[in-house]
Amino acid sequence: MNDTICAISTALGVGAISIIRLSGQDAITIVNKIFKSKDLTRAASHTINYGYIEYEKQTIDEVLVTIMKAPKTYTKEDIVEINCHGSIATVNKILEILLTLGCRLAEGGEFTKRAFLNGRIDLVQAEAVSDLIASTTEASRNLSLNSIKGNLSKIIKELRQEILEVLANIAVNIDYPEYEDAEEITIDLLKTKNEHILKKLKEILNTAKDGKIIKDGINVALIGKPNVGKSSILNRLLDENKAIVTNVAGTTRDIVEGSITIKGIKFNFIDTAGIRQTTDEIEKIGVDKSKEISKIADLVICVLNGQEKLSDEDKEILSITKNTPRIIFVNKNDKPLKIDKVTSAIYGNTLTEEGIKPLKEQMIKEFNLNKINTQDFTYVSNARQIALLKKCQQKLENISKQIEKQTPVDMLEIDLKQAYDLLGEITGETYKDELIDELFKNFCLGK
Amino acid sequence: MIKMYDIIVVGGGHAGCEAAYAASKMGKKTLLVTANINNIADMPCNPSIGGTAKGIVVREIDALGGIMGKVADSSLLQIKMLNSKKGPAVRSLRAQADKKVYPQKMLGVLKANKNLEIKEAMVEDLIVEDNKIKGIVLSTFEKILSKAVILTTGTYLKAKILIGSSKTAGGPHGEKESKNLSDNLRFLGFEIQRLKTGTPPRIDKNSVDLSRLQEEKGDDKYYTFSFDNKPTYDKDQQESCYLVYTNAKTHEIINQNLEKSSMYGGYVEGVGPRYCPSIEDKIVRFSDKNRHQLFFEPETALNDEWYLQGFSTSMPIDIQEKMVHSLEGFEHAKILKNAYAIEYDAINPLQLKSSLETKIVENLFTAGQINGTSGYEEAACQGLIAGINAALKLDNKKPLVLKRNEAYIGVLIDDLVTKGTKEPYRLLTSRAEYRLILRGDNADLRLRKYGYEVGLINEKQYANLKLKEEQIKQVTEKLLTTNLKINAKTQKIFLENNIDLPSRSENLAQLLKRPEINIEFLKNFIDLNYTSEVLEQVEIAIKYEGYINKTNKEVEKLLNLEDKQIPEDIDYDKVSNLATEARGKLKQVKPVTIAQATRISGVNPADIAVLTVYLKKEYGKNE
Repeated sequence: MNDTICAISTALGVGAISIIRLSGQDAITIVNKIFKSKDLTRAASHTINYGYIEYEKQTIDEVLVTIMKAPKTYTKEDIVEINCHGSIATVNKILEILLTLGCRLAEGGEFTKRAFLNGRIDLVQAEAVSDLIASTTEASRNLSLNSIKGNLSKIIKELRQEILEVLANIAVNIDYPEYEDAEEITIDLLKTKNEHILKKLKEILNTAKDGKIIKDGINVALIGKPNVGKSSILNRLLDENKAIVTNVAGTTRDIVEGSITIKGIKFNFIDTAGIRQTTDEIEKIGVDKSKEISKIADLVICVLNGQEKLSDEDKEILSITKNTPRIIFVNKNDKPLKIDKVTSAIYGNTLTEEGIKPLKEQMIKEFNLNKINTQDFTYVSNARQIALLKKCQQKLENISKQIEKQTPVDMLEIDLKQAYDLLGEITGETYKDELIDELFKNFCLGK
Repeated sequence: MIKMYDIIVVGGGHAGCEAAYAASKMGKKTLLVTANINNIADMPCNPSIGGTAKGIVVREIDALGGIMGKVADSSLLQIKMLNSKKGPAVRSLRAQADKKVYPQKMLGVLKANKNLEIKEAMVEDLIVEDNKIKGIVLSTFEKILSKAVILTTGTYLKAKILIGSSKTAGGPHGEKESKNLSDNLRFLGFEIQRLKTGTPPRIDKNSVDLSRLQEEKGDDKYYTFSFDNKPTYDKDQQESCYLVYTNAKTHEIINQNLEKSSMYGGYVEGVGPRYCPSIEDKIVRFSDKNRHQLFFEPETALNDEWYLQGFSTSMPIDIQEKMVHSLEGFEHAKILKNAYAIEYDAINPLQLKSSLETKIVENLFTAGQINGTSGYEEAACQGLIAGINAALKLDNKKPLVLKRNEAYIGVLIDDLVTKGTKEPYRLLTSRAEYRLILRGDNADLRLRKYGYEVGLINEKQYANLKLKEEQIKQVTEKLLTTNLKINAKTQKIFLENNIDLPSRSENLAQLLKRPEINIEFLKNFIDLNYTSEVLEQVEIAIKYEGYINKTNKEVEKLLNLEDKQIPEDIDYDKVSNLATEARGKLKQVKPVTIAQATRISGVNPADIAVLTVYLKKEYGKNE
């Protein structure tokens, strides 16, 4: 419990102000590093301090910082709260900086856990704390599993594998020094390998910053059978012609991405092929993908055609998305409706700005309804991922520095191992015996 | 009349010898039971002591007051410092030890102990009352009573020797196996697993054309395993080993006859170690390699029986001959002993406490291959710890449990009792996360104090340690407080050694951090009249300060968790919100500390958090 933890303690994107809370012995000094206007280490307890967050000579946000010194705080540790009023991106950025400066992202329920362990909460509440930890970690675990399934995890896994091979090779050099078949990882060879790994890592970080891989925002999936107007809705929302709009059923097979910001909240749209019972193999892939996407999306918009009766396919869509936060949108209400009554549906069309408005309003409302508030972890885990990548970068850069000092390879391996573990934290893989397994898989060793 | 001892050690291998020595030296009336007194401290496999990681373990055994290092020093044929060109943390000694001399010297050390008796017998059962050990039963039905028993049965539990399709009951050298002991252990509640290992053929040195092999000499330096010994050998009189390779013909013979081997013919039940594969395994698994390295090593100076390391096999005898004869220089080689595989019973080490006492039977300890490990050094260090802890237990004292940041021995035992093992376990450098501070050169500084506390290290040895510690402090202080004077004289010394002169005056410790400067060079500027061991410690500490600090930080985190004890009476069923898998694992392993709990596979951070909260709630009231 010596480390300092931090987390965004307000629901993201809701309200004008977001609060980032820190708890732990370094809370004040860490925030002080990026707070401009006065020295927070000299600030009295329980004061609010006005100033700016500045990092790497860039002003990030105008903030109010509350300083509360131990022991009269919630956790009985030093607590700092940063009240920032920027967008989600800004809040995320600040969180990311704090993590880079040595804070650890709080686990679910950890502030409360500390409060309890430090004797702030009485014993009766203990069970509740343990429930809280169990439920929030479960939620975040599921989420990180979802968000990490795609591209990023693949790239990180490849990078990890590359590091693992170097590590195993070094381990073989150490444990089997007389074994000729293993190439000796000399300091020069390590230099080449390290530079290569570092280059790849920097590429990931750059794309992460662009938001191409690690996205900030709510993932929205438009789901509906073919030709109900999903592409038109998307285009109307995005205001650009990205998806192919056609009358032939089943032409939008690729996932088309696009984002809009409504009231400071970013929505990433995933257009999907229509869900339809089909024998067409290619299209089946699209349908399966839709089902898959509806599982990983933070919000699903089920699109129904107002000019048709509810079909079996429509019912299937409604059943698939039953347990996902969703909006049921009945399209094409510009002509008299032929569709049966659908509970809690909203109605609109894509002919005019006005026609799509009910959908936009519902999206905001849906968000405010806290239905997808647990998904806050998606943002947080992004900041966490970036921070972990940066820490990993620091380790690799230290290797470069130490190589110049001719530090022995078996010591540089310590940094490399830590870089490997940090990447593992991102993808949630912490299997400890990987190295030894790798060693015996790839090298023919033995007496 | 039934005899009564404090401690009975069953088995006279490397674990048994250390256990018996430690127990008797700690004042316990001890009986060592072995099937054959001539096989005490036998080396049935490779003729070497030490090796990577293992060499450090031998130093640790010596630091604690065990005997393996001292006996090895007095019986070596060749010695090498492995990884001498790498960093200090991975350097490790390996000696070719004389297989005939080593056991004799060991027997001598044991016999000199007045508290120790040695008896030839076969143990077939244990006397257990109310889950507490009371003694042993021999194959003759004779009963011998004791307060504690240490089982170090090696490969002898239901041992079976396999050569091709033949499978004969018995241990190495045609010794008798223990037929019933493992069944009786199972009856007591131990989970028994079947393991396998193997050994290569022994060959008459005179029948091999050594001139066609590549010679591998010992180091041109003096070393000892023991911190108390001075070298007694002549470095120019060391025996050589030889390097030889398998070739296409060898591989062809093996591939054609795979089905005849015990392993591929399906005659083996046991699980073999990955790091000690048979030659047929290597050829099948790494079929793209057109040759494999083998070493031809002397076993003893007293006869011409040599060991062909890397060529362990379970092929039938006729195929073995063909295989050996296919090697360059071995065309007319005479096989003196055939290679064989051996299967044996072992217990599940998850049923052990960190003290190596079993969780099932009080005062019953186990060490060595019975716990699922492999290797003389791994066995010896467990034997030592079991011996120490059995003696401490009888004195109602807390057991000696070494932590992962204190010793490779700690890493080994913690791995065993926390993770268990499904194959014979061998120590590897990569198993030690804090290896930078677990070096062979500082084993005495890490562990002698414990040896002294339990009474295995005497006053004189301890005084030597204290002196060394004091001198290390002195030298460090000197280097930190002495600045290099930049004048014509120093300039000349730097120039002569081809080293850049620092731009401004700095202290000698600062200077020592530069890669091209060693502590010998500093003697040009300061009087450093200390032993090389003292100077080495200072040099390592200063040169690698950054990484050592990093490791120490990690250690601090560990120790924080090691301090959090889990009471023995905890009922995991009462801890709500534990994941089912974690609950099962925690019940099985019964971790002693939160740190140990974090190392159990299947126990996640959320489970640890839940557990911490529960402990605080149930047990924290008095804090």
